[in-house]
Amino acid sequence: MNQIMNELITVGFNSLGIVVIISVFMGAVITLQTAYNLENPLIPLYLIGLGTRDSMILEFSSTVVRLVLAGKVGSNIASEIGTMRVTEQIDALEIMGINSASYLILPKIIAAVVFNPFLTIISIFVGIFGGWAAGVMSGAVSSAAYIMGIQYSFTPFYVVYALIKTVVFAFIIVSVSAYEGYYCSGGALEVGRSSTKAVVYSSLVILLFNVILTQLLLAH
Amino acid sequence: MIEVKNISKSFPDKKVLNNIDIVFEAGKTNLIIGYSGSGKTVLMKSLVGLVEIDEGSIIYDGRNFTQMSFKERKEVRKEFGMVFQGGALFDSLTILENVLFPLNMFSTMSKSEKLDRANFCLKRVNLENVNSLYPSEISGGMKKRVAIARAIALNPKYLFCDEPNSGLDPVTSIVIDNLIKEITQEYQIITIINTHDMNSVMEIGDKIVFLYKGNKLWEGTKNEVMETDCKELNDFIFASELTRLIKKNKV
Repeated sequence: MNQIMNELITVGFNSLGIVVIISVFMGAVITLQTAYNLENPLIPLYLIGLGTRDSMILEFSSTVVRLVLAGKVGSNIASEIGTMRVTEQIDALEIMGINSASYLILPKIIAAVVFNPFLTIISIFVGIFGGWAAGVMSGAVSSAAYIMGIQYSFTPFYVVYALIKTVVFAFIIVSVSAYEGYYCSGGALEVGRSSTKAVVYSSLVILLFNVILTQLLLAH
Repeated sequence: MIEVKNISKSFPDKKVLNNIDIVFEAGKTNLIIGYSGSGKTVLMKSLVGLVEIDEGSIIYDGRNFTQMSFKERKEVRKEFGMVFQGGALFDSLTILENVLFPLNMFSTMSKSEKLDRANFCLKRVNLENVNSLYPSEISGGMKKRVAIARAIALNPKYLFCDEPNSGLDPVTSIVIDNLIKEITQEYQIITIINTHDMNSVMEIGDKIVFLYKGNKLWEGTKNEVMETDCKELNDFIFASELTRLIKKNKV
């Protein structure tokens, strides 16, 4: 239990800062880009809010944030476990009669799967707020129109879809990265390589599963 | 007693151990010596089950370790203590937490008893006032001593040390050697040490096994080493001018 609590902080809570920062800026950029592309006066401006909301829910907070976390958390996990492997710390666990894979990896998976949905929810809210702030401050959209947009034609299933993707992607990040670290052998160079591989492979698997899950969950 | 019966191990490109047959007895420090690449580390890793052997058997006090299931091995491994070459201390834990780790995992002691035991083990290896430091904050010799303290925390029946003197100065090496010898005799455990260090051979080698290209070429005591006519062993042990001089004077 202690191990899971520690991992909740390492794998989850410590990522809160970067998630908030990238979400607020991404929400702002989505709003500004949508606004500058709406040249037709017949198109209502509240669609800017709607576009930002759906972009954040459907893709950004669930997928793009996970790609960023594959870089941050994935490389961290691979290098941590890889270093433990090459410095014989994993052998030391095995000698003590401890199932090292279960002891080291399971708490990380549980922590990531539990904490990441919260990160997604926070990212959605922060991103929508960032869009509102950028839109209002730049004069691209009025506050009332933006707020109307984010309430307009809301599909609750999109949030469920985002959370399902989040859980799957969190599992992918930890399992792929832990695998790369656990089966690392050699020295510092190999630990670095395993860390790079962890980021590349987990990003690719996330992108692949993004397509699969979207087809499975959203296709009519 | 640990009985190693005709064990062999091959990797895809090389046979590393060839029909090794040894008996290790309790209360003795058993040294496995040999050139780099002679199979010492593979032998030790085979003994503890980190490497699966191809043939033969390893028997711990009548229990055939080779034929055991994962679960049964796990139970036997609780009787192991191992000191790794680099210490293998857990970086994220303090010195005290490192020694407490096996106790927290397997002991039914109360919290205060565990703490007492961990402090006793640290004191036994002459380490005090380092409890709250992290492994990165202590010297190589201290790391080895913490590793020994962690290895003896659960009162192991079998202690394995993989090159406990590597990277240490001669004085600290002697301290570590003597510590291992004392612990072996005090608790009547079976200690197996992989080493290159000739001081260790001369100081604490109750039984010495010489591996050469994956074969056991010689075994005997530290006194017998001086008079052996095994050419490969002589070339290995008396490689330096100093050791040759010692031998000459002794003979």
